[in-house]
Amino acid sequence: MQEPVIADNKTANRELLDFVFSWPKWFFLVGGALNGLIVAGFLVVVVMLWFGLQFLGYSHPVYWGFLIVNFVFWIGVSHAGIMVSAILRLTQAEWRRPVTRAAEVLTIFSLLTAVQFPLIHSGRPWRTMYWTFPYDWNRGAWPNPRSPLVWDPSAIFTYLTSTILFVYVALIPDLALARDRAPNPISRAIYGVLAMGFRGSTRQWRIQAIAGILLSAIILPIFVSVHSIVSWDFAVTSVPGWHNTIFAPYFVIGAVHSGVSAVVTVMIVMRYAFGLKRYITRDHIDSLARLLIVVATVWLFFFMLDLFFGLYGTEPAEVDTWQRRLIEPPWIVLAIIFIFTAYLIPVPMWMFRSVRRNFFLMFVTTILVNIGMWIERYMVVVPALERKSGLTFTYGDYAPSLSEIILVIASFGLVILGFLTFAKLLPIMPAADIKEGQILADRIKVGRANVPAAMRE
Amino acid sequence: MASKTQAKHELLALYEDPEGAADAVGRLRDAGFDDTAVEVLSSTPYPEGAFGERHTKHRLFAFPFAGAACGLAIGITWTVGAQITLPIITGGKPVVALPAIIQIIYEGTLLGAVLFTVLGVLFESRLPDGVGLYDDRISDGYVGVSVLARERRVADAQIALEEAKPVDVLSREGSLMQVSGTT
Repeated sequence: MQEPVIADNKTANRELLDFVFSWPKWFFLVGGALNGLIVAGFLVVVVMLWFGLQFLGYSHPVYWGFLIVNFVFWIGVSHAGIMVSAILRLTQAEWRRPVTRAAEVLTIFSLLTAVQFPLIHSGRPWRTMYWTFPYDWNRGAWPNPRSPLVWDPSAIFTYLTSTILFVYVALIPDLALARDRAPNPISRAIYGVLAMGFRGSTRQWRIQAIAGILLSAIILPIFVSVHSIVSWDFAVTSVPGWHNTIFAPYFVIGAVHSGVSAVVTVMIVMRYAFGLKRYITRDHIDSLARLLIVVATVWLFFFMLDLFFGLYGTEPAEVDTWQRRLIEPPWIVLAIIFIFTAYLIPVPMWMFRSVRRNFFLMFVTTILVNIGMWIERYMVVVPALERKSGLTFTYGDYAPSLSEIILVIASFGLVILGFLTFAKLLPIMPAADIKEGQILADRIKVGRANVPAAMRE
Repeated sequence: MASKTQAKHELLALYEDPEGAADAVGRLRDAGFDDTAVEVLSSTPYPEGAFGERHTKHRLFAFPFAGAACGLAIGITWTVGAQITLPIITGGKPVVALPAIIQIIYEGTLLGAVLFTVLGVLFESRLPDGVGLYDDRISDGYVGVSVLARERRVADAQIALEEAKPVDVLSREGSLMQVSGTT
């Protein structure tokens, strides 16, 4: 990487704030449609609260269905932001500049969506506070901190709080820019309050730079812990197929795989929807695709480890679960779709530079990855529960209900609407970071070649 | 209480490029202004030392450690306290079971570190700040040099700033260059 973005200050300000200060018609159309999806999901939840979880099709022995699958999926997508942003900041990768904010914002809304699902799945969401808050609520009983019901909320709360603060700290200079360029006094006042009087002094910029590195370094261990703890929701149980020591790293790398793919998808959409062609280039998508090849291959390695651990132990229950997951119909169909969409189609394609630099093909392949990764979570959760276990006399196949499908679609609506609303109200591209890239960019002559270079402190 | 003669006035000069701003900083230093009285404002982070300013001293690195210590203490207090307050005996295992609570202590430690780091960022950046002189043109790429001068030295500061050929020099009352006509 790469050719730096070339635009003077005024042009960059205008282009990067264009969507914030304009009201295109498509925003209302898309926003209205997304709101429709969310209302549909909300209605399903209301009816479910009235009739109980059986309304969603849950019965013995499969009590964890689409809701928990969706929870794991969105937690996974949320790992994109911090993984991409923090690692690229720490390594001072020049191509990070247009990528970081979108990735971090995707993290926030994915997490906010993910936490809805365990709450809905509890059947009585208002009672979850009794299980998780460190207070005895006059019952003489503290919540049991040894339970994953407390691990999960503490990890997710930490991750969500940290991510929001991380985004806010990095956003302060851009809020100051929005304050200066705001078209009316009300927006100016709001952005002014949020920017807290940031003036861009050398001291403030220095602290910003150090804060980016410090917060990245602190958030990375949180990011690893969150999906590890989500994996332990499964691994600490005695359910065959879940009780596996490899689950934590397997879940984390799977999360990074689906998350980075989601970042690529979002960036390609942003490029066209927000008119950011100058800032999101083929170089960026190419770099992310190279990263994805590595991530996907490591993820495949852990998937194979999970499989081999299950088979080599020759525990009948484990072998039976894997047989159901991979061989028995209808799971075999899902298994084929999953392995082809998550790895066998996209990764060989990404080996070709022409594919990595093609927006349409990258858009399609990254969508495929997330289809595959959603199915992967489904295959982790449901077959293990469906298996007939000892002293179980009622067992059977689980089929997703229409209500569950509506909730999954609504969750996509919620994440996209959240992202769109953020981009409408606040700069989705880190303007100061992009401008810094231009200041530090240079070209050097190596032999007869004239190549881009970047100065670094 | 400061006397009237000791009251400080802020001047802000705008320059088209960083070289002009660096020149102004140098001239202010030559005129006897202390580095703490001079600030360079820009819409873009420039490498440290680009304007000839001194190394920024700060204590930001201390904040995450202090936060982590607080978070660790709270995490231990809550998890251990909860188990001792309501001991649940399970299969002869210890009441305070570290493997089952270390996750929460870990998250508490890191949450404390993040919260204190953000507080540290605000403290060390001197935010919120609603009193400093500022001009919107800085966000268009102009570089501002702000100087705090005692009343008797305002003229010296203005001369130093104008010698570096600014686009404008501002005080709280407005543009000084328009008043003096030295554009």
